[in-house]
Amino acid sequence: MKQSFDDISAQLRARHRKSARLKWASMGALGLAALFLVLFFADMLIKGTPAFQQAQIEVEVSYTEQASQLPLAAVNEDVRQLVSRGYLRLIPGRMRDNPDLLGATSMEWVLADGQVDQYLKGHHSKLNDRQKAVVDRLEQEGRAELRFNTRFFTSGDSKMPELAGIASAAMGTVLTLMVTLAVAFPIGVMTAVYLEEFAPDNRFTQLIEININNLAAIPSILFGLLGLAIFINFFGVPRSTPIVGGLTLALMTLPVIIISTRTALRSVPDSIRHAAFGVGCSRWQMVRDHVLPIAMPGIMTGSIIGLAQAMGETAPLIIIGMVAFIPDVSTSISDAATVLPAQIFTWAGEPDRAFIEKTSGGILVLLAVLISLNASAVVLRKRFERRW
Amino acid sequence: MQTPQLLAMFCGTLLLLGLIAYFLGRSKAARVRASGTSMYAQPDQYAWFAVMSTAGPALAVSAVGAFVMLLLGAEIPPLYLLAGSLVVACAGLAFAMARVRPEFHARQAIERVIRFILAGAAMISIFTTLGILLSIVFEAVRFFQMQSFWDFITGTTWNPGASFLAAAGRADEGASAAQFGSVPLFAGTFMITFIAMLVAIPIGLLAAIYMAEYAPAKVRTVAKPVLEVLAGIPTVVYGFFAAITVAPIIVSVAGFFGFEASFNNALAPGIVMGIMIIPFISSLSDDVINSVPDSMRQGSLALGLTKGEMIRDIVVPAAMPGIISASLLAVSRALGETMIVVMAAGMRPNLTANPLEDMTTVTVRIVASLTGDQEFASAETLSAFALGLVLFVVTLALNLVSVMMIRRFREKYRVNNL
Repeated sequence: MKQSFDDISAQLRARHRKSARLKWASMGALGLAALFLVLFFADMLIKGTPAFQQAQIEVEVSYTEQASQLPLAAVNEDVRQLVSRGYLRLIPGRMRDNPDLLGATSMEWVLADGQVDQYLKGHHSKLNDRQKAVVDRLEQEGRAELRFNTRFFTSGDSKMPELAGIASAAMGTVLTLMVTLAVAFPIGVMTAVYLEEFAPDNRFTQLIEININNLAAIPSILFGLLGLAIFINFFGVPRSTPIVGGLTLALMTLPVIIISTRTALRSVPDSIRHAAFGVGCSRWQMVRDHVLPIAMPGIMTGSIIGLAQAMGETAPLIIIGMVAFIPDVSTSISDAATVLPAQIFTWAGEPDRAFIEKTSGGILVLLAVLISLNASAVVLRKRFERRW
Repeated sequence: MQTPQLLAMFCGTLLLLGLIAYFLGRSKAARVRASGTSMYAQPDQYAWFAVMSTAGPALAVSAVGAFVMLLLGAEIPPLYLLAGSLVVACAGLAFAMARVRPEFHARQAIERVIRFILAGAAMISIFTTLGILLSIVFEAVRFFQMQSFWDFITGTTWNPGASFLAAAGRADEGASAAQFGSVPLFAGTFMITFIAMLVAIPIGLLAAIYMAEYAPAKVRTVAKPVLEVLAGIPTVVYGFFAAITVAPIIVSVAGFFGFEASFNNALAPGIVMGIMIIPFISSLSDDVINSVPDSMRQGSLALGLTKGEMIRDIVVPAAMPGIISASLLAVSRALGETMIVVMAAGMRPNLTANPLEDMTTVTVRIVASLTGDQEFASAETLSAFALGLVLFVVTLALNLVSVMMIRRFREKYRVNNL
């Protein structure tokens, strides 16, 4: 079959068009992923930023004899439903601690009910029309406003959205990660040092290596089953506590730390090792005094990344019962506790719409911590990375 | 005396003994050296040897004792055990002091002990795998003693319903017998995984092609970490996003086209899971495409292929084992993903091919049956371990095949950095 020059050049043009299509499609795929990321963060910011503000209203609080028995009586009837119950409950206690208050009456800024908060933020609320009118009047008089929500950072979980905060979950996360780090870091670094510097290249070493790579790919929920069956049921470690959570997460983080430590150790040039042997170091002295210090930034980077992964993990912790309702900030690794992602999970299941805001707020805090952890890992790497 | 206080006393005494060993060992070695005899090791090394020989055996004895108590249920009073350990520590100290002699190689002795400790640490990862396997298999066997294995694999009704009554010995009070047919769970799992792969593989692969073949260096340095952010977002956050934002969008879009969608439809968790998995596929595929030898590109361009044809017909087929390996890893990841489906997929086992309906997955059932307030020995709780066993086997197989594929690629093109 003969083809004219025009045919061939048309064919070529078509081929080039097709080639360009692939370029645009691949660019579009990357763009789509980036677009999703932008949409996701925008959605979380829009939903979550209101959580950092909370409605407060200025009402007349009268510390009468009756109020010490029945706290609802401390405020006027028209605003009684608008003040947070949780706040009112504290009044008798305050009067007991401070007897001078009895008989006093003062205008005070108090925490408003969650529904008032939702109404002021323009969301759907369960207030009736009369209550809405009262809130509108208070707002016009400058007696109702949104203020920065310190309670979100200082108090524990609560069934009342206006009182709920992330403090107990944050503390639980810190305790759990301390256990994780204390267990996973030494064992991980020791394993990596053994495999890179000491181990003979035999079947057994290969088995350990395959096993570590495989461990890194096991679904996290199975680590939860391990924690439940071995740590809790067999060794009798108390359920829901940071110690069992930390141990479970440590086993999960171990492969990450081992793999990154091995990479860091491998990037130390052999000339360092030869020089150390040359001046008469033993193998352990060579590792301790020369190889490990040089590899340390890489090891730290890997450990931070592993820790960030452990911090966002929820599934294994649900299995071992770390989704408890924890209103008080605990300070011991053997008390029941919850962690930030588990708190987010609990709040996401609350039927009250005000908790959507709390959940997104908690997510923003978690993401901020994770991003700064990862950023610090990147900075650490950039700062101390040595090219040989 | 309480056990915690006893333990604190034990640790304190052991620490003290260790300190004594250190200083005694060092001063003895220093004396020997001061007398003009040359020794095989430094005084510090003799000191550390003394510490190790004091603390090591004592810790080993107490650990073995604790294990015997836990595993065999032997009644050893903690006081005796710890006191015995301390006696061993003193013996170790005396032994070490006798060994502080010029002709003793303290450094090599330390070296051997350290090597032993490091190898012990490396064993922990093996124990972890064994622990996972044993704990799951052991409980799964208990489950299969109550329920038939065949019904579990082929049954189409998952209705644990009254299994807790059976566990409490009141089986006849339940209205219907519990049924554990896992087919609907696996159908739901595969449906959601399939949707996730439909999203993740094309986007991840195309993004990898762009980054490896087209992107200027500047775009690459920005785009890679941005994609990694997707992998770093906690799954619980994705779950919330899928349930609160994506699912209602899907319901209204489906409503617009005249379909009825459940708020727990399989599409929302599937799509969001796919987005989460994009970086897994893109970063591994990117590495693989980058390590396809340049000579193949140059050869194909020299033959007159356009760039698009080169990528489609030469580079991607060459990188195929790596891409398949990445996809298999992604599938195993999707099968085991828990939080997204727990929060956004349904709880109702539902055997259907319609992604707009609600369906449940293996991981959702595992969570649901372990978070209830049921007795541990009930069939429903144990069923979680049977499901976990299947999950373990499937993901293990996928991972192994994936590793084998990537090894084949590596050997073919002699790439070392994958």
